[in-house]
Amino acid sequence: MSGLVIVILVALVFIVIYQIGKSSEHAGVIRGEELISKKTNKTIAWLFVVVFLLGLYGIWVCNEYFVGKLLPVAACKTGENYDKMFQVTLIVTGLVFLATQIVLIYFAFKYQSSEKRKSSFYFSHDNRLEVIWTTIPAIAMTILVVIGLKNWFEVTAPAPDNAMVVEIVGKQFNWIVRYPGQDKELGIRDFRKINDANNVLGLDWSDPHNHDDIITQGEMHLVVNRPVKLIIGSRDVIHDVGLPHFRMKMDAVPGITTTLQFTPTITSDSMKLITGNQNFVYEIACDQLCGKGHYSMRGTIIVETQAQYDAWTAKQQSYYAQNNPDAKPTQTEAAPATGAGDSKKADEKAAGKSVTMKQ
Amino acid sequence: MNHEAITHEHSGAGAALAHPHGAGGHHHVHEHHEQHFIWKYIFSQDHKVISKQFLITGIIWAVIGALFSVFFRLQLGFPDSTFPIMEKVLGEWAKGGKLSPEFYYALVTMHGTILVFFVLTAGLSGTFANLLIPLQVGARDMASPFMNMLSYWFFFLSSICMLVSLFIETGPASGGWTTYPPLSALKDASMGSGVGMDLWLTGMALFVVSSLLGGLNYIATVLNMRTKGMTMTRLPLTVWALLFTAVLGVLSFPVLFSGFVLLIFDRNFGTSFYLSEIFINGKALPNIGGSAILYQHLFWFLGHPEVYIIMLPGMGMASEVLSNNSRKPIFGYFAMIISMVGITLLAFVVWAHHMFVTGMSPFLGSIFVLLTLLIAVPSAVKVFNWLTTMWRGNIRFNVQMCFAIGFVSLFISGGLTGLFLGNSAIDIHLHDTMFVVAHFHIVMGVSAFFGMFAGVYHWFPKMFGRYMNNTLGYLHFFLTIAGAYLIFWPMHYEGVAGMPRRYYDISAWESFKHFQPINVFISIVTVVVFFAQLLFVVNFFFSIFRGRKVMTQNPWGSPSLEWTTPINPGHGNWEGEIPEVYRWPYDYKDDGHGHDFIAQTTPLAPGEESH
Repeated sequence: MSGLVIVILVALVFIVIYQIGKSSEHAGVIRGEELISKKTNKTIAWLFVVVFLLGLYGIWVCNEYFVGKLLPVAACKTGENYDKMFQVTLIVTGLVFLATQIVLIYFAFKYQSSEKRKSSFYFSHDNRLEVIWTTIPAIAMTILVVIGLKNWFEVTAPAPDNAMVVEIVGKQFNWIVRYPGQDKELGIRDFRKINDANNVLGLDWSDPHNHDDIITQGEMHLVVNRPVKLIIGSRDVIHDVGLPHFRMKMDAVPGITTTLQFTPTITSDSMKLITGNQNFVYEIACDQLCGKGHYSMRGTIIVETQAQYDAWTAKQQSYYAQNNPDAKPTQTEAAPATGAGDSKKADEKAAGKSVTMKQ
Repeated sequence: MNHEAITHEHSGAGAALAHPHGAGGHHHVHEHHEQHFIWKYIFSQDHKVISKQFLITGIIWAVIGALFSVFFRLQLGFPDSTFPIMEKVLGEWAKGGKLSPEFYYALVTMHGTILVFFVLTAGLSGTFANLLIPLQVGARDMASPFMNMLSYWFFFLSSICMLVSLFIETGPASGGWTTYPPLSALKDASMGSGVGMDLWLTGMALFVVSSLLGGLNYIATVLNMRTKGMTMTRLPLTVWALLFTAVLGVLSFPVLFSGFVLLIFDRNFGTSFYLSEIFINGKALPNIGGSAILYQHLFWFLGHPEVYIIMLPGMGMASEVLSNNSRKPIFGYFAMIISMVGITLLAFVVWAHHMFVTGMSPFLGSIFVLLTLLIAVPSAVKVFNWLTTMWRGNIRFNVQMCFAIGFVSLFISGGLTGLFLGNSAIDIHLHDTMFVVAHFHIVMGVSAFFGMFAGVYHWFPKMFGRYMNNTLGYLHFFLTIAGAYLIFWPMHYEGVAGMPRRYYDISAWESFKHFQPINVFISIVTVVVFFAQLLFVVNFFFSIFRGRKVMTQNPWGSPSLEWTTPINPGHGNWEGEIPEVYRWPYDYKDDGHGHDFIAQTTPLAPGEESH
């Protein structure tokens, strides 16, 4: 019923507006045959100016509103460069924006139809002007490209040799994180060996490098000031490892391995102080539409000191040990068992841990 | 080319047509023979009727597409509220008045597909290429009126496919308008990847056919059917823009088509073009060796030129309207054409800037950065030329002029944010955030729409012999431009903060949840702007029947050829011979008889130099 009332109200409003429009037009016809009266022309010219000034005020209000609500300082070196470059681009484009919009509205207002300008000013081309305003943008673009590519090659440079390697694999709708363990090498994985009960990444147990690998879901631990190389993959569809606090992202594509490298410079705890937000957390946001749970595909990163990280690692049991309790009672040393007899006994502890996802 | 020889003294709707290559076979309708309603208005081969068919179908789609955006904005703005009215419209998909995530994504996908392809491609080029090319080059119809008719009816079939997909149980496609596999390829990956996706692909394949039939016709007509004296350099910029639009479409739509065919194979026939090493729904798929990224290359090879397919007609029409209402020649006619050539060429070699974060080689990425930012140069040239066109003009603020000025303003705003996204080092953070959404909505959404509105208000008298209502037009304009900036300006900030696009709900995110008040604000403005668009729709349809009648042949005082036709031109456009052209279409100068322009059909005065 209320729906019907709303529909009728909306229809009435439209009819009223239409009638006003209609009658104003009739009045115009009565006044003379002109399509737009001089008065209307003047009114619209003024309206342009008023709307423009309100717009500028709106921009200012918007800026004020967002102060302190955007991201905190970048948490890595390349992120700092990113912020600088963003500033430069913002200044260049901001100046062009203001200049051209002001000229646009100024011309519109200044050159509104006038009795005095009966004969129009015939000015159809000027090659000097064209050259000038081709060259200036070209130079500006060159500057932006140079800064951009310098940063681009820094961000995409190969990771340093001492970087810690962490693998992150997306699946609908969660992130699986794997650490290489004490041997510092990730073992081979094969998507055909994936089993949600006891082998979420399809680790090949015949590869001894896998036996000390640690797997967590939805949470990644990194060490402050230590370069990290992310090995990125996906189990099903394309996802994207979005790291807003580090100002970067990279797609996770099934069948293809992608990488990211950066050096976190601020621990999670320091960031809580910087932002004054006790709940602050580095988040991993999926940035590529991956299905119905896309918006909930959230991971977190904990950046900590080496000591904290070591303490955390010490508490972790290798994924192999969790899922093959018969093969090895505790953490792997170095020499693995045969690996052939991977037990199929479902270990609910690992598999059932659906971290934040509502499926 | 000169067709005068073939024309006779026919008048009215059944005039003989001057298309010797016409494929239909049944055109030589006799002089006073009234065509049956079906052949005159439905399966019509008159370019003007086809143009209206495209426009009206486009308007219907635009209302549907915009309504979808209202629905999903309600979810974004008020994730905790329920809207019983939504359940009434959407049924199962909004049980209890709350959108399900699946259907949220379906709405987002269909909103994009509808607006990009059905409204801003078919509705825009379909309307204005059909209306303006024959009228402005001086032809009685398209090179092949029959193909032209087919172009509309393939579009119609494609529309039916898309429409049907809205009503099936598993819903329409929901993998985004770009439909990246594997999400779109695997029925297990998402509900919308079932029958809905098959219908989407079929619909789009038909759409490509329609687009090609239309595009080939536009090119052939512009190149071959210009009237006597209408050299290429005397063409209005609208025709140039529509020509480049058609060239872009003809060269890039087939690539998209091939991408779709491979996707159809992957979906239904067990191939692995895009699939490799996938474990989904508890089982590992047999597909190995494909590349999901291959699809993105094929898609964006059209997808980027598509942006210019959408922008160029608006640029052409804005040029025409700005010049006409500044009562001044367009400034830098040749520079405008050269910049359009530049844009057209560059449009083909920048597609991978949509893929900077797919893991492509950083070196390749750097090439695409360079080429992408290069496109800013011809775009800037166009803006400066528009500004100079207004300089020292004698500006008449009719509704189309307002929209043309709005077009320039939005094109600047949206173009400048492109400099952020085209630079890979910045894109790596902004990619797939709300910043992108804000950017492309301003530049190829609202700006292109403004070009289209300018065109509709300007050529409405030619289409229907009546004017649209000015007061409603002004109201529509100011509400829309204010609304567009209010919606999309704050959205940039959300993107700068890294907030991803296509999120159904942000409340679980520590980094983004404090933007909820902004989402509320944007959603409220969206609803208002939606109703403001209905003002246009009401104005459009009422004016067709009730608008003020056009009494003069050339209401806007324009030198170009379409205004030399009768107020209500019949099939064949000109009664009698097609006029000969002697000058360029922007001769806004004193003609010595109290007019401030000289029509293209006026011979040069003795001693006068042609442009």
